[in-house]
Amino acid sequence: MEFETVIGLEVHAELSTNTKIYCGCTTEYGGKPNTHVCPVCLGLPGSLPMLNKKVVDYGIKAGLALNCRITKLSRMDRKNYFYPDCPKNYQITQDEFPLSRDGYIDIEISEGVIKRIGIERIHIEEDAGKLLHTNSGTLVDFNRAGVPLIEIVSKPDLSSPEEATLYLQKLKSILSSIEVSDCKMEEGSLRCDGNISIKPKGETKLGIRSEIKNMNSFKALEKALGYEFIRQEEVLNSGGKLSTETRRWDESTLKTYIMRSKEQANDYRYFPEGDQVTINISDEWIEAIRSTIPELTHEKLARFIKEFDISSYDAMVLTLSAPLADFFEATAKISMDAKSSANWLMGDISKLMNEALITAASLKFTPEDLSALIKLINSGTISNNIGKKILNEMFLTGKSPGKIVEEEGLTQNNDEGEILSAVIEAIKASSTSVEDYKNGKTRVVGFLVGLVMKATKGKSNPQMVNKLILQELNKL
Amino acid sequence: MELHKHKAHELKDMISKREIKVQEVITSFQARIDKVETDIGAILYNDFEKAIEKAKKLDLSLEKGENIGILSGLPIGLKDNISVEGMQNTCASKILEGYISTYDANVTEKIKSSGGIIMGKLNMDEFAMGSSNENSAFKPCRNPWDLTRVPGGSSGGPAAAVASCEVPLSLGTETGGSVRQPAALCGVVGLKPTYGRVSRYGVVAFGSTLDQVGTLGKDVEDCALITSAIAGLDKRDFTTVDIPVQDYKKSLTKDLSGKRIGIPKEFFGEGLNEDIRKKVEEAIKVLKANGAIIKECSLPLADYSLAAYYIISSAEASSNLARFDGIRYGYRATDYKDGIDLYYKSRSQGFGNEVKRRIMLGTYALSAGYYDAYYKKALKVRKLIKDDFQRVFKDFDALISPTSPSTAFKFGEKKDDVLAMYLSDIYTVPVNIAGIPAISVPCGFVDNLPVGLQIIGNYFKEDILFNIAYSYEQSENWHNTMPSMVPCLSIKVGE
Amino acid sequence: MSVTKQDVEYVAVLARLELKEEEKEGMIADMNSILQYIEKLKELDTEDVDIVVNPYYIENKFRSDEVTESMPLSEVLNNAPETLEEYILVPKVIEG
Repeated sequence: MEFETVIGLEVHAELSTNTKIYCGCTTEYGGKPNTHVCPVCLGLPGSLPMLNKKVVDYGIKAGLALNCRITKLSRMDRKNYFYPDCPKNYQITQDEFPLSRDGYIDIEISEGVIKRIGIERIHIEEDAGKLLHTNSGTLVDFNRAGVPLIEIVSKPDLSSPEEATLYLQKLKSILSSIEVSDCKMEEGSLRCDGNISIKPKGETKLGIRSEIKNMNSFKALEKALGYEFIRQEEVLNSGGKLSTETRRWDESTLKTYIMRSKEQANDYRYFPEGDQVTINISDEWIEAIRSTIPELTHEKLARFIKEFDISSYDAMVLTLSAPLADFFEATAKISMDAKSSANWLMGDISKLMNEALITAASLKFTPEDLSALIKLINSGTISNNIGKKILNEMFLTGKSPGKIVEEEGLTQNNDEGEILSAVIEAIKASSTSVEDYKNGKTRVVGFLVGLVMKATKGKSNPQMVNKLILQELNKL
Repeated sequence: MELHKHKAHELKDMISKREIKVQEVITSFQARIDKVETDIGAILYNDFEKAIEKAKKLDLSLEKGENIGILSGLPIGLKDNISVEGMQNTCASKILEGYISTYDANVTEKIKSSGGIIMGKLNMDEFAMGSSNENSAFKPCRNPWDLTRVPGGSSGGPAAAVASCEVPLSLGTETGGSVRQPAALCGVVGLKPTYGRVSRYGVVAFGSTLDQVGTLGKDVEDCALITSAIAGLDKRDFTTVDIPVQDYKKSLTKDLSGKRIGIPKEFFGEGLNEDIRKKVEEAIKVLKANGAIIKECSLPLADYSLAAYYIISSAEASSNLARFDGIRYGYRATDYKDGIDLYYKSRSQGFGNEVKRRIMLGTYALSAGYYDAYYKKALKVRKLIKDDFQRVFKDFDALISPTSPSTAFKFGEKKDDVLAMYLSDIYTVPVNIAGIPAISVPCGFVDNLPVGLQIIGNYFKEDILFNIAYSYEQSENWHNTMPSMVPCLSIKVGE
Repeated sequence: MSVTKQDVEYVAVLARLELKEEEKEGMIADMNSILQYIEKLKELDTEDVDIVVNPYYIENKFRSDEVTESMPLSEVLNNAPETLEEYILVPKVIEG
């Protein structure tokens, strides 16, 4: 029996606000256990939650960036369950009226083939504390209790672990470019659970699904979902039955295992949070947030290809970081030479940045400077090799290329007369070269170019040197 | 000096005229507490040392001619579910025995900054669930008018403490009549402000959309005084509103000309004690004589309030009380098998029966399959009840009814019949559902037990309530009667 | 709607309450008595009625994203039944 996979992902991202969702405690990492808590996030009797406006702003921003419909009248709800990391034994989240619904992300599943993955809903909620299991018992630290999260639930539109990974990568890229979360899976600010079921090819009815947790990296996501498909397939092919389960991915054994359930019954008894009030999101509010959304990475990439006629590979590299993309764009516009701009940035400049461990945001020279350099080379004023030397100087000192050329007298010599004298001198000085050339050893040309360059301190126009050497040699 | 017999506003007057010192007032009330508390049982925690220390500081300020605030050094009692830093906050439950608050409630801050001295924490029904104070895990509270009878609940302690002159002013809380009903049964004045008029920050939550801090005093002026001190917006409680607090003193007049008062017939039906009905009817005559226009009206939805109330309050309570688990504070059992069993044992050993009953009911009403039929239905009925009141308030400024269908009952009389106990709140609960304000003011005695007159107003119309209540009160003399407490001596004013 | 022993046991688990056998009987009776009274609400037609959460409409109350002081560690630990260094200690919980 051939089966196909149906996957939906539930992603939680920590929002990068300064304070928690319902109180003013800091969200900063580190800090001794239980020192970033207050009566509200500790769940002391009599405490009341106070919704952080920035969390709502970020929730709306994420909704807009993910093409969702923003809910006009939204509210908070309680999700009731008992667990030691849950201070109130309920989580204040959103059930019936999440901040946004019905969005999508487009992923490129193969060269030029785009698939649209639906987003069911996005809502805001609070994170729980942290448990540390030791032999003396379980230690509870409430520093992270109350940190704001957004939960993004996709529609079950993903058909393979590869698609799931592409979706998550795209989601991460979008959320980071709108700066609502730093989205680091390794640090826990981006978490992903997957729901996966299989069905016979062509069948419309969905199969029994399992929820997979504890996938802590993109690789783990792909491996875990891949494993689970095979496991489910084996069960069904051997005539067995699947049941709705929550399973845990084990990175060491590369298998999924049934989790012991948190509570016998998962009846969360959602009901409206009476300590909070209606969230009325006006059109003005939405537009104000929309205006803060920068061009998203994939949008920029597509525009670069079109506007600057560069390859998709180049566009991809240049849009990997926002400062680099901005630098490229500015340089390309001023110099009117996108190809050279791309080459310099992707080549020599990237090498220098990597060695110095900086990003384009910290470059000492400006796009105007780089454009000037490109113009100098294109006009023949300096050679490409001199250009590289100048670039190094620009990188270290931030001086403009014009200034460097002036100070060090690096202007390329384009005077044919002068170069001709140097060429004639070089040929005279190298007696064997004429013989060698006549005997077909064309390598001597390079040797002679080297002599001329040395004599003229590298400033001669290389093409001209080459031309004149050949001219003279052929005369003899 | 028997300062404890005086009203708060009288003491305030004497203090400002420098006729007496704050220390004398505190000492006098403490002596009264020492004398009667064994019989009354209204106080769960009392710290004379702290109180007298604060009194000394306030006296010094007064000597310097400084303004010490509208509460003027008066001792205030707070129900033991209102947070005071450094004091216990047990909610009369074993599950919070030994718990010490680490922060002040907003109302506590306001009392302190208005010059009030917190005399102690007062007895109540466990987690504010009850109508007789019989559900206190620690000790019974007795009605000062008859020590074999209940003071009402859940704010039995705050009502009894004021009635027996242990404190001149107290704060209670209401979810379904828990300030007005004990006020009526104890012969004192009790106000439930509009929902959102007073901050709930620091008040242990029972029903989040119903809870309000209520004020109790010996007369209407006293009640208005303490209400002025605690009302107002609090940015830590998002359900409080930015509506200015009226100057209640201006409402303390007798003239009621033009005031339209409605008598909802549903509040005078079956189940109302005949003698109480007569007392309320007499009170209505007084109001008429003072200029009010009296007319009958109808609130058909009122009959459904109790049912809606029990679902909404229990559901919210089942969630609000989930935090009591022995993990971060409070009682932790010692005989548990494992981490999960810890929850079961701590909660089952820490909570009393009424609390368990409400948690079970609330959990059931929210559970899968029942949410729509119970909780959601109750929230819709809530809208109907609100609309019903709004319709009536188009034609009336206030409504009148008895506060309680009966006078103070004997200990144990209603304990075994859950429904009978719940029906004590039948006239008070519609007010909590709608979130509107209401006040109970003494209107006489039946078989030597106090009867309360309830005045209900529209949102944020506490001034109208104080006006009508004051007008009635000043036309009679109930506020100048005091209980005799068997076997203590009778201390009627004038003797 | 009548509450059964099974219902009571299920709800008790959700509420983390342990009821002795005798208590269960009493709870069934009490719950049924109250639920019977609550049946009253069925008399009202609420088909087209909106729910009311806050007693009256309040909207858009927020807090700004500014850091405020947290509680001192000592206060956090003082009320805790069991602690270990800076942590609150509970019996070992099975990974859920």
